[in-house]
Amino acid sequence: MTFDEIYAITLMQGFAGLSLFAVLLLMGLGLAIIFGQMGVINMAHGEFMTIGAYSVFLLSSLTDSIAPGLMQLYFPFAILCAFLFAFAAGWLAEWALIRHLYRRPLDTLLATWGLSLGMQQLFRSTFGPKEVSPTLPDWLMGSWEVTEGLDIPINGMFVLGLTIVVTGGVLLALYKSRWGLRVRATVANRSMANAIGINTSRTDRLTFAIGCGIAGVAGAAFTTIGSTGPTSGSLYIVDAFLVVTFGGAASLWGTVVSAFGIAQTQSISEFFLSGSMAKVLTLMLIVVILMMRPQGLFAAKVRR
Amino acid sequence: MSSKNDPRTVSLERRRLLQGLTALPLIALPGLSFGNQYPTSAVNTTGLAVTDTEVTVGQLHSATGTMAISETGSIQAEQLAIDQINASGGVLGRMIKVIKEDGASDWPTFAEKSRKLLVSDNVAAVFGCWTSASRKAVLPVFEKENGLLYYPTFYEGLEQSKNVIYTGQEATQQIIWGLDWAKSEKGAQKFFLVGSDYIWPRTSMKIARKHIESFQGGSVVGEEYYPLGNTNFNSLINKIKIAKPDCIFAAVVGGSNVAFYKQLKASGITGARQFLLTLSVTEDEMLGIGGENFDGFYSSMKYFQSLDNENNKAFVEAFKAKYGPKAVIGDVTQAAYLGPWLWKAAVEKAGSFDVDKVAAASPGIELSTAPEGYVKVHENHHLWSKARIGQGQPDGQFKLVAESPDLIQPDPFPKGYQ
Repeated sequence: MTFDEIYAITLMQGFAGLSLFAVLLLMGLGLAIIFGQMGVINMAHGEFMTIGAYSVFLLSSLTDSIAPGLMQLYFPFAILCAFLFAFAAGWLAEWALIRHLYRRPLDTLLATWGLSLGMQQLFRSTFGPKEVSPTLPDWLMGSWEVTEGLDIPINGMFVLGLTIVVTGGVLLALYKSRWGLRVRATVANRSMANAIGINTSRTDRLTFAIGCGIAGVAGAAFTTIGSTGPTSGSLYIVDAFLVVTFGGAASLWGTVVSAFGIAQTQSISEFFLSGSMAKVLTLMLIVVILMMRPQGLFAAKVRR
Repeated sequence: MSSKNDPRTVSLERRRLLQGLTALPLIALPGLSFGNQYPTSAVNTTGLAVTDTEVTVGQLHSATGTMAISETGSIQAEQLAIDQINASGGVLGRMIKVIKEDGASDWPTFAEKSRKLLVSDNVAAVFGCWTSASRKAVLPVFEKENGLLYYPTFYEGLEQSKNVIYTGQEATQQIIWGLDWAKSEKGAQKFFLVGSDYIWPRTSMKIARKHIESFQGGSVVGEEYYPLGNTNFNSLINKIKIAKPDCIFAAVVGGSNVAFYKQLKASGITGARQFLLTLSVTEDEMLGIGGENFDGFYSSMKYFQSLDNENNKAFVEAFKAKYGPKAVIGDVTQAAYLGPWLWKAAVEKAGSFDVDKVAAASPGIELSTAPEGYVKVHENHHLWSKARIGQGQPDGQFKLVAESPDLIQPDPFPKGYQ
C-alpha cells in the first residue's frame, strides 16, 4: 500500500467515525430532551423517527407525481414537514397519554411501548409491510471525490451538517430562550417552578413535542443512509437510549460527548475487528464505565 | 462440479405432449366427475379435513411483525395459485379451502399455530414459513403429527425431511454456479465475503469460501459479519477499499441491506466501478434499497420477474391483476407460487390426500408451467432448478445476464463443503 492510500483510508475512516457520531447524536438528541429533561422513558421514540422518514417518502411521492421538476428541491422542505408531523404527533401523544403518567415513570415505559407497537401497526396498515425508499435528489447521492481513491459520502456530510445545526439550535434554545429557562426550572424543581408562575404542564407538552419533532428530523435524515419500514424505529431505539444514558441523562453536553465517544470506539474497533466483535467491545466498555459511573459521563447538577 | 450439472432434462416435446393429453379429460368433464372416481373414503384414510367437495389446507406466514416485509409476497403468491387451481376445477374434484394463520414473526408462535393447523384443523398440507428459524421451530411438529409443509425460501441446506418440500434453492444451487460464473465471465479471483450475522449467511459463506479456495484456486481477502439490523457500514466499506477485491460477495439481509447499498453508493462503490454479486437481493428488497443504489450490481437467484417466457408472462399478469400494477415479484414469491401446484400434482399422482402417499409420490413430479421454467422434485424433496444471474436496473428490475444451461441438482448435504 502506498502512502497516498493509507492517507486516503485514514481520512475516510475518520469521516466514517464522524458520520456515525452525527447519526448517534441526532438519534439521541430528541430523547435527551424527553428522557433527560422530563424523565419520561419514551419507548416510542423510534416510531417518531419513522414518522419523519415516512414524511420524506410521502413528500417525495407527492412531488414526483405533481411536480417532477421540483425533485431537486423538495428535500429541505421534507425535513421541515418531518419536524411538523412528528411535532404534532408528539403533542397529541402527550395530551392523550403521557400527561396522565408523569408521577408513574415506570408506567410510561409500558404505555409508550404499547404506543410504539400501535404506531408500527399503523405504519404497516397505511404504507404496507414492505420497506420503501424515497427518491432522493441527485445532489444528495454519491460521493465527493476529493482525489483519486478518496471518496467522502455526500449524505454523510449532509447528516453531519444537519446535526450541527439542530444541536446548536437546541442548545441555544435551552440556554438562551424563555422556553429553555422554563424547561430548566421545571426540571430543577417542579413545584417551585409552578409556584413562581410557570405553567409546567404546558412546558411539558411543548418539550415533549419538540423532542418528538427532533426525532422526526433525525428520521428524515436517516432516509439518506438507511431503510424506511414499519419497524425501522426499533433499529434505532436501543442506540438512542445507549447514547443518552451513557452521557448522563439530564445533560445535553453529556449526550454530545457520549455520541462522540461511542461512535469513535465503534468505528475504530470495526476497522480492526469484525463487525459483531466491535459491537461487543463497544457495549462492554459502556457497561464497565456505567458500573463505575452509574450516573453517566456528565451528572446534572440537580437538587434531589 | 460436472456430476452436479449432468443434463437430466427429459425430452421436452414428449412431456408437453403427454401433459396435453392428460389435460384433455379435464376439458371434457367438469370437476364433478372426479367425485365418482375418487370417493372420499378412498382418498382420505387418515382423518384429514377432506369432504366430497372440499379439501382444507393451511397457510402459515408472518402477516405481522418484522418478517411481514418479506412474507407478504409469499402469502399473496400462494393465494393466487390456490385461486387458480380452484378456478380450474380444484384437486381431485375438490375445492381448496385455506385456513390462514399468522406466525407473527415469532418462532414459538409458528410452532403453536402449526400444531393447531395439524391437530385441530387436520389440514392436508401447509404452505408456509420463511425464515430458517421458523422452519426449524415447526419441523418437529410436522414430523410428529405427520403433516406436509411446502417451504418457499432459498436457505442454507443441511436439512431434509419426509414432511417438507423445499421449493426454493438450497445453498449450493444458489452459490456454486454463481461463483463459477463470476470466475469465468468476470475473471474474479479475489473475493470479499460480507453477511449478516446468523445461520444462513454464515453457512452460505462457508460453502462459498470452500468453493473459492479449494475448487476455483481463488482467494478470500476478507470475510465480515454484521449484527442483524446494523445500519452503519462505513468502516466495512473502507476495509473493502483496502482489500480491493475483484468481487464483493454479499448476503446482508433486512434493514441492513438497504443501508449497505445506500452507503456503498455514497462511498463511490457503484456497479460501474466494482463487481458485486449477492445472494439476498430480489425485486422485493429492491423496493427498499432503491434501484439507483443497486444499479449494475448482480444477484444470484433462480427467478427474476423479468424472465422472458410464456409461463412467467402469464404469472406476472395474473399477479398484477390481483395485487395491483405496482406489485413486484421476487424469487421467494415465485417459489411460494409453486407450492400449491406441486402439491396438486403430487396428490393427483398419488390419487390420495394422505400425507404419506403424497410425500412418496412427490419425487419425480414435474412442473412445466412454473414461471421460472421447468422444475422437478428430487428424491431429497428439493427442486431441480436453473441458476440465474440478474443485473440490477435503475427501475428496480433485473436484467437476466446468465442462466445455467441445465437444471442443477439440489444437494442439501454437499460433500467436501462441510
